[in-house]
Amino acid sequence: MNIFLQQLINGVFIGSVYGLFAIGYTLVFGVLDILNLAHAAVFTLGGLVALWLVQNAALSIWLAFPLATLLSGILGLVINAVAFAPLRHRPDTYFSGLISSIALAIIFESAALGIFGARTVRFPINTITVHIWQVAGVTITSLQIEIVLIAACLMAGLTWFLRHSRAGKAIRAVAENERTARLLGIHVDSIIAFTFFISSALGGAAGILFGLYFGALSPDMGRSIELKGLAVIVLGGMGSIPGAIIGGIAFGLSEVLTVAISGTSNLRDAVAFTVLFAILLLRPSGLFGRKQIRET
Amino acid sequence: MALLEIQNITRMFGGVCALNGVNFSVEQGKIHGLIGPNGAGKTTLLNILSGMTPPTSGNILFSGKNIHMLPACRVASLGMARTFQNIRLFPAMTCIENVIAGQHLIASRPLLPRLLQLPSAWRQDHEYEEDAMATLSRVGLENRAQVRAQSLSYGERRRLEIARALASRPRLLLLDEPVAGMRHGEVSQVAELVRILAGEGMTVFLIEHNMSFVMALCSRITVLNFGQVITTGSPDTVSRHPHVIEAYLGVDKSS
Amino acid sequence: MDLHHIFTQFYAVYGSLINFIGINSLLAISLYVTLSAGQLSLGNAAFAGIGGYTAGILTMYLNVPYMVALCAATLMSGAVAVVLGFPVLRLRGVFLAIATLAFGEVVRILAINLQITGGAEGLTPIPNKTQAWMIFTALALVGYFMAVLRRSRIGWSFASIREDETAAKAMGINTTWYKTLAFTIGAMIAGLAGAMSAHLNYIITPGEFGFSAAVQLLIYNIVGGTRIWYGPVLGAALLTALPEILRGIGVSAGPVRMGVNGFILLMVILFLPNGLVSLFSRRKD
Repeated sequence: MNIFLQQLINGVFIGSVYGLFAIGYTLVFGVLDILNLAHAAVFTLGGLVALWLVQNAALSIWLAFPLATLLSGILGLVINAVAFAPLRHRPDTYFSGLISSIALAIIFESAALGIFGARTVRFPINTITVHIWQVAGVTITSLQIEIVLIAACLMAGLTWFLRHSRAGKAIRAVAENERTARLLGIHVDSIIAFTFFISSALGGAAGILFGLYFGALSPDMGRSIELKGLAVIVLGGMGSIPGAIIGGIAFGLSEVLTVAISGTSNLRDAVAFTVLFAILLLRPSGLFGRKQIRET
Repeated sequence: MALLEIQNITRMFGGVCALNGVNFSVEQGKIHGLIGPNGAGKTTLLNILSGMTPPTSGNILFSGKNIHMLPACRVASLGMARTFQNIRLFPAMTCIENVIAGQHLIASRPLLPRLLQLPSAWRQDHEYEEDAMATLSRVGLENRAQVRAQSLSYGERRRLEIARALASRPRLLLLDEPVAGMRHGEVSQVAELVRILAGEGMTVFLIEHNMSFVMALCSRITVLNFGQVITTGSPDTVSRHPHVIEAYLGVDKSS
Repeated sequence: MDLHHIFTQFYAVYGSLINFIGINSLLAISLYVTLSAGQLSLGNAAFAGIGGYTAGILTMYLNVPYMVALCAATLMSGAVAVVLGFPVLRLRGVFLAIATLAFGEVVRILAINLQITGGAEGLTPIPNKTQAWMIFTALALVGYFMAVLRRSRIGWSFASIREDETAAKAMGINTTWYKTLAFTIGAMIAGLAGAMSAHLNYIITPGEFGFSAAVQLLIYNIVGGTRIWYGPVLGAALLTALPEILRGIGVSAGPVRMGVNGFILLMVILFLPNGLVSLFSRRKD
């Protein structure tokens, strides 16, 4: 049974990274009802920039992490300014925003390819000191615990921020009704830009943690998490932050368990996408969703 | 004879009762008005009649046929056409294209003769186009035929939506606030059109806040308040009904 | 030098590019059909895969004549689309896109895990039967079909649903039926293109029909324009030839090519929302 338990724990670790990625995704959807498909490219760039800072600027990961996260947030501002703000008042803004974010995703990915090359790169061995513990026959590393702690802190911080801070309340007001928020004197455009900043910062942070956990980074690593992230936020309910976290962990668990049970990694995504498909057909508002599946 | 019979229609939204046991009937060939304060449930009733929203309970008979379980497209195919309070045109199409699209139920436009380039197909297109042009001129938009719907003025949009509804030659026309936001001249134009349609035997059921329009045009009026029918009758009796004055007209006159 | 000789020379150099333009144009039109009914499907790459595998299996294992295999592939993709269409087309906008994307992933995973599809390495060697004239005959027929469809009852219904689904219903259009029809016609065209592509390349692999391929079809449509059927053809031709064009002006680095691709898409969506065709056919307002 220890192998099984080990898989469960691994699933939670990877799931927490998925969750972190997905809350950024779902945050923008919750506020704007728009999918930002450039989110996965920010995930990739966040990881690669952190790696560059560690490798080429010889920074400690504890310094590189916040710097790369900040830079990812700035990318979010760029995404909003280039891909979304100019299209906001178009009648087909949901559709055109989706397309322009795909365009930016391609541009970002080509930038990553141009700057960092196509090969898979790794964090240097001594980037982070790893302790390994054996508890009841299960192996846990300090890295795994650090990843979960960082992910949990960021998620808890975001939840607190949205609930209690002034800017967080403004974000929720804009999500509820943009026009009313504007009438209440909220500067909607800055709040939307700020939402993109937070969303992308979290996406970039997820990319760094992902790179640390698997040790490897490549310019196209965003592609697979793009789909997984979509699955996670549909599972949790589009726009729901707790839903994204729980959905992320559920997805991580389903991946490792499918591999453990089937004995092959070929089926890893099969269960997850079948479940995604079923949820869309049976309960499209997701497990924790409150939004209706709107008409446009 | 009643073309439309609304029997005991109730509609709940969550725990809120939007319509509560609504009963009345619309006579064939008459202009029937539905009035009531905002939130009285008028548009909800129109959505139920046209099959957009299912009622929680109750029956609707349209020329004797029970339609309350039918989807919107089936209801329309029985001869009911409608407009929308917040105008739903096809914005990127021109005016005449909007009307041609509206001919869906009467125009077969089969694919095969077109694939074979048979002249009958083009002849048919030509006939339907002339028909659409005639419909456009009924609402006074014949000069705007090649203009896209999105570039029309507000009043023109309302009239184009009526033209699109007329394109399928319905027996019953449902109008949701047909003259809202229109200038005075346009209002009398629409009133004239509705009168002509009724004269040709079409039944018109309309929601409207413009009281002089409703009072002058409708032969019967139903007043709705808080989801319940207060009364149904001629404009005269309705405007003298004490509950109506209290619930609606009294407020309306002072504002 | 006679004309025939020039043509043969040209085809010897650019033949495979020309064939790819034809196949990609067919795939782009397949998505155009669903878009013309207002439905954003990202499953058309998967339908191309279904068509490709169906035809490949038939010609490889059962020695079925090529033309019969093409028909079978087209019908197979269409049949899957009917079964899939009725449940998923109730979903709107981005949810439909995600559902069709998930469907595409399920198809890809199936192709990796099934024996008959050749697993992760793909199905090979598929006999090379597709010739340029076949691709372009198919493209011409499909283009003609789309041009005629536009003014038929079906075409008007698609356009109405795309413009406003609620109003279309109120006009008596059975939206479920027409949406499924659009989805199915699109899937059939994709299946045909996939089958031709498999018999052009000797091989079909699961990776060819993933997320990126689905998105690429969307890009062809947006860049070319989705108001008329030849818009997607223009987009597919331009973007498929783009690497060659860039190589011609001395740019060969992969990242630059990709970046230019993204940049064109961004410029079109920001400044030419109706695509490149709107440059040629300006309708007055």
